[in-house]
Amino acid sequence: MWVLLGIAVIVAGFVLRFNPLLVILASALVTGIAAGLDPLVLLAAFGKAFNEARYVSIIWIVLPVVGLLEAFGLQERARGLIGRMRGATVGRFLTGYLLVRQGLAAVGLTSVAGHAQTVRPLVAPIAEAAAERQSGGLDDAEREKVKAMTAATDNVGLFFGEDIFLAIGSILLIKGLLEQYGILLEPLQLSVWAIPTAIAAFLIHGFRLRRLDRRLNRAERP
Amino acid sequence: MITLHWVYALAGAIFAAFAILGVADKSNKRARRTAAFWALLALSMWAGDALGDLGNGVLVLGLVGLAASGLGRGGGVVPDAVRQERAGRLGNGLFAIALVIPVTALVGTLLFKEMPGWIDGKQATLIALALGVLIALLVGCLWLRASPVVPLQQGRRLMDQVGWAAILPQMLASLGAVFALAGVGDAVGGLVSQAIPQGSLLGAVIAYGLGMALFTIVMGNAFAAFPVMTAAIGVPLLIRTYHGDPAIVCAIGMLAGFCGTLLTPMAANFNLVPAALLELKDKHGVIRQQVGTALPLLVVNIALIYWLAFP
Repeated sequence: MWVLLGIAVIVAGFVLRFNPLLVILASALVTGIAAGLDPLVLLAAFGKAFNEARYVSIIWIVLPVVGLLEAFGLQERARGLIGRMRGATVGRFLTGYLLVRQGLAAVGLTSVAGHAQTVRPLVAPIAEAAAERQSGGLDDAEREKVKAMTAATDNVGLFFGEDIFLAIGSILLIKGLLEQYGILLEPLQLSVWAIPTAIAAFLIHGFRLRRLDRRLNRAERP
Repeated sequence: MITLHWVYALAGAIFAAFAILGVADKSNKRARRTAAFWALLALSMWAGDALGDLGNGVLVLGLVGLAASGLGRGGGVVPDAVRQERAGRLGNGLFAIALVIPVTALVGTLLFKEMPGWIDGKQATLIALALGVLIALLVGCLWLRASPVVPLQQGRRLMDQVGWAAILPQMLASLGAVFALAGVGDAVGGLVSQAIPQGSLLGAVIAYGLGMALFTIVMGNAFAAFPVMTAAIGVPLLIRTYHGDPAIVCAIGMLAGFCGTLLTPMAANFNLVPAALLELKDKHGVIRQQVGTALPLLVVNIALIYWLAFP
């Protein structure tokens, strides 16, 4: 039971806003000691896991491309493009992106889009430009909200699309775990049951994007 | 054969370039410390497999030590007027280059799986992503007549903005491995199975869905929560006692966990990294926007399990 102290350290560390990297190391140390692991064994275990998880940090290689395009006016261009589209609103645009993201994830193409690949260079500047136009100027709080909503839309699209695909990690994990209990299932039997939630996610998040539109449109009137 | 190690080599080269350009950046008061951080990351990408487990552990201590002592942020923003003028002159071709990366990733993912002798099919998407970056850089520099230093310098500027949050997802994944080693999941499962109301199907379904979401919030990952909750509630109660359809219970239970992922700073790559990348003032701003979708969707998931799995 003492190993749960590591979780307490994480929660307390995040709440007290210590540097999260230090909090993670402290949690690992407390958990390891509670489980009776030698500190050097623990450090080696952590190092091994860190090395095996390097693929997580590969995504930063897209930053030079994003930086190059931004230096040559990508965000300004997005503003110009959206300015010429009459009916384009941030809510409609993000609803379209949500649908595309869910659709791509549902056929297994999860890494095609993402925060570094598409949100920062493309989706966020277009969303911001659309919001700016429909509201006639954003204040700082609204600008933050629109940008954050863009990232949120990418997450919702990914999470509630990917499980429709047969060969995604979570579906294989479910299949593998149930096999240990003697329950044999095909991936397809599992992945079809991701569809009701995918539809619900689209409806709920789409409704919230419509409300964002209405709020921004109202702000336009004096 | 092209494997993930080629991509690690490229990533190492880019982090090394960030470090070299960072050392020379006079606008960053903590230029050396910041550069050392990216240099250690380059070392990890290049030589991680040769360092040994303990060596990698020491490398992590170095990264965390540098981060905790405070990294700086370098400058190099191109002035607004220059960007405005360039945008007017260059036109929508900029979007075409931005789309090179997702399109290459898409085509590569599908195509590389058909070339098993040449490319590691399991890593097709990451390899295609790296290829997309190289193509976009090449086409971009040629078309824009930019020196290769420009993208690296601008990339370094963006990387400085993200700062130490860049390795947060990798650190949390490593913590997950330590938790697994120490048996944290079993301990939580033991607690949970004592806390469920007896004799109520709805109570058990709510405990399962809510437990998935809550444990995911703590661990930052539904994959860690799923085996624990399924062993504690899913299989013994919902499937064996109440005869629920295992496919529906588990598939939607996992998605209840995903609602938790939307609510936690522990899922750093989805929730904290984009806040840094979009330069939000509130680092929990993305989570704040997700609450309004995650909570109703969690209720929907619990209701779907109750209605669909128990005919």
